Amino acid sequence: MKRLINLKPRRAARVALALLPFLLIAFVYLGVSNARHAENPNDRLLPLPAQMAETFAGMATEANVRTGSIPLWADTAASLQRLGIGVGISAVAALVFGLLSGGLPLFRAPFSPLITVVSLIPPLAILPILFIAFGTGEMAKVVLIVVGITPFLIRDLTGEALRLPNEQRIKAQTLGASSWQVMLRVLLPQLTPRLISTTRLALGSAWLFLIAAEAIAAQEGLGYRIFLVRRYLAMDVILPYVAWITLLAFVIDQALLWISRWSFPWYHVDEKAAS
Amino acid sequence: MSLVQAKGLEKHYGRDVVLERLNFSVEPGEFVTIVGASGCGKTTFLKMMLGTESITRGQLLVEDKPIPGEPGPDRGVVFQKYSVLPHLTVLGNTLIAEELSRSKLLGKLFGSRRRQAREAALERLTEVGLENALDKYPHELSGGMQQRLAIAQALMMRPRILLLDEPFGALDPGIRQDMHELVTRLWREQQLTIFMITHDIDEAFALGTRVWVFDKWRDDPHAPEAYGATITYDLDVERNREDAPSQAKQIEEDMHS
Repeated sequence: MKRLINLKPRRAARVALALLPFLLIAFVYLGVSNARHAENPNDRLLPLPAQMAETFAGMATEANVRTGSIPLWADTAASLQRLGIGVGISAVAALVFGLLSGGLPLFRAPFSPLITVVSLIPPLAILPILFIAFGTGEMAKVVLIVVGITPFLIRDLTGEALRLPNEQRIKAQTLGASSWQVMLRVLLPQLTPRLISTTRLALGSAWLFLIAAEAIAAQEGLGYRIFLVRRYLAMDVILPYVAWITLLAFVIDQALLWISRWSFPWYHVDEKAAS
Repeated sequence: MSLVQAKGLEKHYGRDVVLERLNFSVEPGEFVTIVGASGCGKTTFLKMMLGTESITRGQLLVEDKPIPGEPGPDRGVVFQKYSVLPHLTVLGNTLIAEELSRSKLLGKLFGSRRRQAREAALERLTEVGLENALDKYPHELSGGMQQRLAIAQALMMRPRILLLDEPFGALDPGIRQDMHELVTRLWREQQLTIFMITHDIDEAFALGTRVWVFDKWRDDPHAPEAYGATITYDLDVERNREDAPSQAKQIEEDMHS
């Protein structure tokens, strides 16, 4: 018998093992949900799948009488727009400041301690300040995402730039590169795929900040809807919405991975060797 | 006029003396190979030549001018590893030299200027035998091919001085032999002045016209940091090739005693 650390599942077994926990959760949910409905047909806490599908289909097809828009798509569009703008601004800012901080010691000296301290401020704690400063419109929600993830991205990119072998910088200089050219042709192309992979990690936090901001003040949005129907204990809305958000997050994550693999094949060499 | 000169060159780290009493003058076209025990300051010396390590005392002159305090296109370099840029293809890695010098703002060339630069890069790559691997990334190349690329890249700027820091240390013996022939050929054709660190004494004698042995000139067991290394042997190899093997043996014994 081989050691446990050397036992690897084959391909078919790996797929089965990956599905197993999901099936298990679904099985347990169905069991408990059925049991509760047998006792009380009007149970709201653990709705049956058919009931959730019906409610979700309604949210996705029927226009709201008051606003005239279809809730699911209006919420999705609003949330994705906020998330996209927030994460986009964060990514661009992180690339610029990470490049400066990782490339220029004179910039890093005053900037790096500041960003370390700023990154330790809990973003949700300053959410009231953002609402006071920017009102309860779109701006505050976008700024919360930016404030929440940019310092983390900058710190990660600065670290990545400093981890690049110094030999590369020296080599570029022996080829006549200026400071600007070293940053543009040596650091920037190598930080970009790192930015994508770190942004994938930061997306979890970005969603958190988005939903928190929407829960407190919004007229539409996925987080707004969940917190709105919470008052009526409408689990048949909340659970499909959570699943929908998870699906969106998964698609965005995989899309970023695909873009990175396609654009920066050299960056993904190690992970192929590892798998 | 000597190309490189050192006058009383010293390097200290705090109270720790790494190099001292370095006095030499190297003529254009010499091939200096540097051997010595690890930690004896060979790499420190090469970094001073590169300009990434400061000079504590004394002078290090190139054409009678103090060596600049940072790397520049007059001194090419090949390291043991990390010499090439992982995000550029073979062609990109050589093309970048032309791009950096001809496009100050973007560091990138387009159209006819790119085609011209491509010609120059192709010429270099053909010299090192990489003309059939233009679109490969460094991670797709063997160790020997990566070092060939690093050499082609270093020679793009036509430097007068080429600094090699154990460039073949990680290569298999057979491939190393090919690399020796390549370096010797390029050194002759382009009239380079080469400083090469190696831990292989046979390699030092096979390639160099001059072999330097770095070692401490005096050892105090109570204060091992008090005396630094210097050039303890400065051997002219070309003039008396036939006794080179015996000299190599002698030095190897000295270093291990």
